[in-house]
Amino acid sequence: MAKRKLVVIGNGMAGARAVEEVLARGGAKLFDITMFGDEPYGNYNRILLSNILSGIQDASEIFLNPLDWYAENGITLHAGSPVTEVDRFARVVQAANGVRAGYDVLLIATGSRAFIPPIPGIFLGERRLKPGVFGFRTIDDCEGIAAAAGEGRKAAVIGGGLLGLEAARGLLQHGCEVHVIHLAGHLMEQQLDTQGGAILRRTMEGMGIQVHVGTSTGQVLGEERVTGLAFKDGTVLDCELVVVAAGIRPNSEIGLRAGLTVERAIVVDNHMRSVDDMNIYVVGECAQHRGRVYGLVAPLWDQAKVFAEHVTESNRDAAYHGSKLATKLKVMGVELASMGVTEPSEERDEVIQFSEPRRGTYKKLIVRDGRLIGGILMGDISKAAYLMQAFDRDSPLPEERLSLLFDLGAPPQKVTLDEMPAEAQVCNCNGVSKAAIGQCVAGGNRTLAAVMNATRAGKGCGSCKGLVSDLVAWFAGGEVEEDPSVHWYVPGIPLRKPELIEAIREKELKSVSAVFRELGGGIEDANAKPALASLLAVVWKGDHVAEPDARFINERIHANIQKDGTFSVVPPMPGGATTPAELRRIAEVAERFNVPLVKLTGGQRIDLLGVRKEDLPAVWAALGTVSGHAYGKTFRTCKACVGTEFCRFGLGDSIALARKIEDRFKGIDSPHKMKLATTGCPRNCSEALIKDVGFVAVGDGKWEIYVGGAGGSHVRKGDLLCTVASHEEALLLGGRFMQYYREEAKYKERTYTWIERVGIERVRAVVVEDSEGIAARLDAAMQESVDAYVDPWSELIKQRETTRFASLIPAGE
Amino acid sequence: MEAERVLCRLADIPPGEGRTFEVGGERIAVFHTRAGGVFATAADCPHKAGPMADGLVGGTTVTCPLHERVYDLRSGKELSGECDIAVYPVRLSADGQVVMPAPVAAVAG
Repeated sequence: MAKRKLVVIGNGMAGARAVEEVLARGGAKLFDITMFGDEPYGNYNRILLSNILSGIQDASEIFLNPLDWYAENGITLHAGSPVTEVDRFARVVQAANGVRAGYDVLLIATGSRAFIPPIPGIFLGERRLKPGVFGFRTIDDCEGIAAAAGEGRKAAVIGGGLLGLEAARGLLQHGCEVHVIHLAGHLMEQQLDTQGGAILRRTMEGMGIQVHVGTSTGQVLGEERVTGLAFKDGTVLDCELVVVAAGIRPNSEIGLRAGLTVERAIVVDNHMRSVDDMNIYVVGECAQHRGRVYGLVAPLWDQAKVFAEHVTESNRDAAYHGSKLATKLKVMGVELASMGVTEPSEERDEVIQFSEPRRGTYKKLIVRDGRLIGGILMGDISKAAYLMQAFDRDSPLPEERLSLLFDLGAPPQKVTLDEMPAEAQVCNCNGVSKAAIGQCVAGGNRTLAAVMNATRAGKGCGSCKGLVSDLVAWFAGGEVEEDPSVHWYVPGIPLRKPELIEAIREKELKSVSAVFRELGGGIEDANAKPALASLLAVVWKGDHVAEPDARFINERIHANIQKDGTFSVVPPMPGGATTPAELRRIAEVAERFNVPLVKLTGGQRIDLLGVRKEDLPAVWAALGTVSGHAYGKTFRTCKACVGTEFCRFGLGDSIALARKIEDRFKGIDSPHKMKLATTGCPRNCSEALIKDVGFVAVGDGKWEIYVGGAGGSHVRKGDLLCTVASHEEALLLGGRFMQYYREEAKYKERTYTWIERVGIERVRAVVVEDSEGIAARLDAAMQESVDAYVDPWSELIKQRETTRFASLIPAGE
Repeated sequence: MEAERVLCRLADIPPGEGRTFEVGGERIAVFHTRAGGVFATAADCPHKAGPMADGLVGGTTVTCPLHERVYDLRSGKELSGECDIAVYPVRLSADGQVVMPAPVAAVAG
């Protein structure tokens, strides 16, 4: 087979690392590789630039791949020749020096550049920095700064972030008098909060650096070269040298010119592939993944690996899921570790803090639901390794929070709950204060469930549940009763879901009332009834006794209750495709029953709203279809884009697949609703990426399956489960995923919550790689459920139960 | 004292469910619990007028289908004490009829 052509735009750390990863996967046999770079060098480790400036290392020491490396690996390198045009239709790139190169696969790794704020006087002529003004981004910058710096010179650094402080350190080494000018209110605001920034400032000043925070530069002074800076507050600083370290900007112009989607940088999917062009990949600081652009090196390594696995087809499922940012660094000798957020953002967030400014020590952790979401360690970073691991793995933290900060024991102290005022509102949905929870606990309620029932706290959106739980424990002091029921499938039956399934099978319990009788001590709980009815349907697959009273009203009469007690009826319309005859029939029904509102649903169907309960059987009979199942905790529908039938971009027949999916899985009971979609190309017109299960055609008959997506009160892009090669395989793997979810998830737990709880890696291992050897059993169980399907409308019309649909019965008749 | 009024046969209300009846111009929700008891409340939830007869019955409580307010069928008390519902005396006759005193009178709420 002829080798394909891989062209890489960008010869920095990202481009070179990506090529190394490709070569490591036998890429030399698959590709002829051509690289274009702006700078006239091989690639080098930009992280070490500050060492060049400080004189700790020589430029030759920071090269990662010298020019020989390219020759040895048969790579054609065009150094010093930036690419100016990409012709996506001809698949050719053109460089500034006239070189043209055709590609089969293009990788854009153009990185970023120093951001030079448009301060008056900063440029001399067009886009040329005034002599004495430098960026801090390249070897050339460092050499320029080193040449201009010297004993007794006055230097100003614009920007008090990590890079700016590194530059300040280098200038100090050269004997300069250094001033750091920072726009924000404190230093390193990306990594530090206000207090941490203030402590760092004191430490910096102790070393002889003059720090000006909250200071905006109004003008760069000097005719021919820099003589000083004028600030917007009217003051002036004389200096001979200015280093601008005001952040970076992605080099995404090449993406714009090529017509790719560019927001903050070039937008990519989970394979690091442009969302617009399957032959173009983007990695590094010029790539935007799930709304984020990374400026650190760790995410870059991950991205390069995903790209290489995908492009060499050593793993077509390779996917990047974003990186959690944690860094350990040394700023002018001050050790610093920083991870995640710097400030709490939700009421339930817990802050653990220690500050000793005199010694430059500062520690702060932000904990949400028992897990670390952010942290700052400065001065003493002895706990950094443990904390960074806990942060990265999202692992639960020990209850003894103090031990997170120090290795020595100390008396326990309660900070946040103690300090919280009594009138502070804990539950915003239901207006419950800290004091109200205290009274409730004092009244004898010692468990979270009891307090929630009595006060309604935590029963709205549920986001304050963690805090309510903490408060119950706090008010109850030593008398708190551990609430084991949180682990049970339903309250009242002390069994987790797998144990409950086991007991139901063993005792052959086929009705909800039998479960209460045998396992729940004969005590019936209204909330538990629908959860058990759903579980029985999963366990017995139709071979169980349906008890309508155990079902929510929607599933008793197979329509969706509305605020006025009327119902909505949604006929099925798989893939959103209909016919004039079907539309006519629906229109006739709407007219005949005076349906007040006819509306399109989000699932590409037609909703008849305001149908009276007593009219439901006649409405169904007149519609003459099976139920659309728009009301239950079941498979709902599968929407679709136009796909290959008419769309000129379609790669797969999304409507046909949607029809097969809906036909197979209609009405399947599950822990919560399941909304599906198929899309005929990665443009994602049917929003398949934010569905419980979404199928995306990627060409050659292949479909990517995304799971755990959400587009409601919670928005989440689905995780790539796997890529399949046919409709049949899509039905099999999608079905197996749904069956695993049906068996494992808690009642009312949507796929996206469940996946975040158990992790996509585990779900993928079980469903795709069959790590537990249960794939065949899951497939068989799903098949049995499919075979047991009975259209509920036809059943209900047949029953003709006298009072089921009566909304008002005259007494005594 | 007027005679008792027969609402329906117990068999007209499936176990664990409720139905809405019209009694002397008033709308009343009547429930038949799985334990065999009968209870009656106002037809509409005092919170936002949800149809109580379409609610979920468990033991001696009913949960409104619209916003999940939970009422004790015996007392009409809401679980969190937010709002109470009117309850009516009903009983089961020896021949399996659900009967209530007439005229209708609420005893609570």
